[in-house]
Amino acid sequence: MASIRELHHQLVSKERSAVEITQEVLQRIEALEPKLHSFLCVTAEAALEQARRVDAKIAAGEEIGVLEGIPVGVKDNMCTQGIPTTCASRILENFVPPYNATVVEKLAAAGAVIVGKTNLDEFAMGSSTENSAYQTTVNPWDLTRVSGGSSGGSAAAVAAQECVVALGSDTGGSIRQPAALCGVVGMKPTYGLVSRYGLVAYASSLDQIGPFGRSVEDAAILLETVAGYDPKDATSLKVDIPQYSQTLKPNLRPKGRLRIGVIQETFGQGLEPEVETAVKNAIETLQELGAEIQVVSCPTFRYGLPCYYIIAPSEASANLARYDGVKYGMRVPDAENLVEMYGKTRAAGFGTEVKRRIVIGTYALSAGYYDAYYLKAQKVRTLIKRDFDRAFAQADVLVCPTSPTTAFKVGEKTDDPLSMYLSDLMTIPVNLAGLPALSVPCGFDSQGLPIGMQIIGNVLQESTLFEVAYAYEQSVLWSDRKPSLS
Amino acid sequence: MTAAAPTKTQYEAIIGLETHCQLSTHTKIFSSSSTEFGATPNTNIDPVCMGLPGVLPVLNQKVLEYAVKTGLALNCQIAPYSKFDRKQYFYPDLPKNYQISQYDLPIATNGYLEIELVDKGGNAVRKRIGITRVHMEEDAGKLVHAGSIGGASRNENRLSGSTYSLVDYNRAGIPLLEIVSEPDIRSAQEAAEYGRELQRILRYLGVSDGNMEEGSLRCDVNISVRPVGQEEFGVKVEIKNMNSFSAIQKAIDYEIERQIEALESGEPIVQETRLWEENTQQTISMRTKEGSSDYRYFPEPDLGPIEVSTAQLETWKAELPELPAAKRHRYEEELGLSADDTRVLTDDRAVAEYFEAAVALGASTKQAANWVMGDITAYLKDRKLNIGEIALTPATLAELLELIEDGTISGKIAKEILPELLADGGSAKELVERKGLTQISDTSALEAIVDETIAAHPKELEEYRNGKTKLQGFFVGQVMKRTNGRADPKLTNQLLGRKLKG
Repeated sequence: MASIRELHHQLVSKERSAVEITQEVLQRIEALEPKLHSFLCVTAEAALEQARRVDAKIAAGEEIGVLEGIPVGVKDNMCTQGIPTTCASRILENFVPPYNATVVEKLAAAGAVIVGKTNLDEFAMGSSTENSAYQTTVNPWDLTRVSGGSSGGSAAAVAAQECVVALGSDTGGSIRQPAALCGVVGMKPTYGLVSRYGLVAYASSLDQIGPFGRSVEDAAILLETVAGYDPKDATSLKVDIPQYSQTLKPNLRPKGRLRIGVIQETFGQGLEPEVETAVKNAIETLQELGAEIQVVSCPTFRYGLPCYYIIAPSEASANLARYDGVKYGMRVPDAENLVEMYGKTRAAGFGTEVKRRIVIGTYALSAGYYDAYYLKAQKVRTLIKRDFDRAFAQADVLVCPTSPTTAFKVGEKTDDPLSMYLSDLMTIPVNLAGLPALSVPCGFDSQGLPIGMQIIGNVLQESTLFEVAYAYEQSVLWSDRKPSLS
Repeated sequence: MTAAAPTKTQYEAIIGLETHCQLSTHTKIFSSSSTEFGATPNTNIDPVCMGLPGVLPVLNQKVLEYAVKTGLALNCQIAPYSKFDRKQYFYPDLPKNYQISQYDLPIATNGYLEIELVDKGGNAVRKRIGITRVHMEEDAGKLVHAGSIGGASRNENRLSGSTYSLVDYNRAGIPLLEIVSEPDIRSAQEAAEYGRELQRILRYLGVSDGNMEEGSLRCDVNISVRPVGQEEFGVKVEIKNMNSFSAIQKAIDYEIERQIEALESGEPIVQETRLWEENTQQTISMRTKEGSSDYRYFPEPDLGPIEVSTAQLETWKAELPELPAAKRHRYEEELGLSADDTRVLTDDRAVAEYFEAAVALGASTKQAANWVMGDITAYLKDRKLNIGEIALTPATLAELLELIEDGTISGKIAKEILPELLADGGSAKELVERKGLTQISDTSALEAIVDETIAAHPKELEEYRNGKTKLQGFFVGQVMKRTNGRADPKLTNQLLGRKLKG
């Protein structure tokens, strides 16, 4: 499957119709889903209907937007009116939202063809989609391995060309880590750049929606479509959104004008040697392209993980309190009284990892523990931000591996939550600081598994991230490799 | 207290009030649903106030304005930096199972409200009651417990024995202010007056209708008693469920008695929540407080900090009306009105402003006060109207009073034509002229009528002249009858006095 621009050109030149493109994608989904399990729900009819509308417009000689008629996947924690939105949880098994998330509205306004809702770890809590109550999305490059998570469905779907681009959400790495593991581009924008209205909350102060694409340009097009101030989200930023995809250039800015900081603390224990080598090679490539490379230190980086595992579960424990069987979603019948109804419903409706985080969060916010945990974590968060501020005084962007490892085996870490948590070691501090970061493919290990490099920018420096990632991508062409799907 | 111990301990009550007040914004605090009272259950709802997955709150700016204005009116410090927090507890009327409220940084703190009571001598007794804090929060929905044994007619909304419960989320997300007083109140009367003054202030500001029956103003009372002279407070009891100020007064009086009796008989007072029962006129235990509940408050991540700029604060300050206490001071000290009259006139801002407008247009203070409190108020009560709904303008009232003052009409005539002016408005002068009600104050004209009257009653004249001088009143009445009340009473008396004596 071609890029958005190529598809757009095919549509405008009437080489192919939107219906043909959508049908191709739907056929691919049909063929691959028994193996991949990327989608929780495929909206074939609605997709074809939208494709027909686009074709009618083209036939009528009307101009179409760049995303018009392009098949898009949406992570199943974003509300879609009339289409089930489960968050991969039993507790929302039958939940059909009466409203659209702002990003879904924006996709619709752009004429995109939503082909389905992608799989995730339940309520976006996890790094492998193995916490999905319904299915595990496997890695298109090796079907015995995980796709990463929590947005594993979106990452795998894009990698396997079950859609052209997809939306994911990233609270601690949930876009970047699966993007790295599946060999695609994934970006978590600055906190507040994309409206969270309609994104089912996991940890409100960290959650952010972002794009997946097989190329930097595709990701940029999707981001510029869904970003922007939303009066329905009090945390959304009142800023103008640049047309990221319009300013991409194959060359970096003149020699020495781009300073890249390599985060020293990320190259240490736990990092797979092949990942280290690939990222270091990528850094060399960037140097060859004219970037000035220097080592920077973020001493508090390693406190990101413990800090995150206080703040995120605390917010989650409140955010998930509404799933109680009273108003919508699942309710276990035959409870004797109210408390029993709450208990039975939540016991049956939530999976182990979700329960674990609710318990951790409830505990951390309890009287007598609040200062020691939640408040302290907030202070650490401030220190992490300051570390980034210092690093950005030295460098325009920071780079490090996205994930310390390539895709691990399905089942390998399910019994050891802590080792699973370590998968997000490199990505979590970025969420805590509210910064933008993307993962761009930077090679493969000896088993043919993709490796990702994370590029972190200062607040609202998405353009710089795209600039660096695009120049890198154009010089290495890793994106020419396609998964064998076996 | 019935026990007549020889050395009787004197007790004092320590009372603080926690008031929840619904703000009269058109839409909810964090969403666009209507706040209208009495709508069909679950029709004033939307995804946000229902706490659907994925929704986010956005603060209604009117709520902030009303909260700040209330804070200013209560002489509070307005926080330059404030925030919302999540207060967590599970209950079916709370859609998200947390309430968005304010915890450690409320919008307003450290204020006071002045209550004014009138003592037996008619003097104003003023007292300041401290305001600890004012904060914004969202209201919860309403549970209706159905199927309870004993039928629907009695105790319809009773949890005990009910077989199922229904939830109405119309109220969920209605903006509330919680206003907490210091424990400065010492009697039931003071507590009721505090409530009334608070209601008055909220209504003056136009931020709430303050309606207790509809639940837009709900007062919880914290009360303890201690022997006079004792430093530490007694065990505190919370009383809920009073839906009028008189109920608050009665509940507190009952509770003071109950607690003193318990102390006197050596029984411990339990820290608990008690309900005021209107039909039995007593408080009953609802639940004991097992320590303090852990609401696991934490800052609401979906809402940014609330920062009120100095410029904004000044604008809102400038928009405040003259408040009840300031009005009372002015009426008593500058207008020379009695404490009682002042209370009546300033209770309702519209009435006070009506009165002030009439005075500004030349009406005498005393006369305007009497007419507003007397005939006009009676008319309003009778017709169940607000002062804004009558056709009689303050200008016409001033005109009417002027006609009395300059002798054009008598007070009696004025009272007679008042209903027509109240209902239809128009000029008082024109009405008097059209109806030919001008007072006869021309001496020669009146003299002729007086002569005729005396001539018509020779028997009474004779009795008068034999010493029964009280009969002058009879002759005045007869003159009034002949003139349809238009005779100048003063002149009539003068003329009669002279002529009757012969």
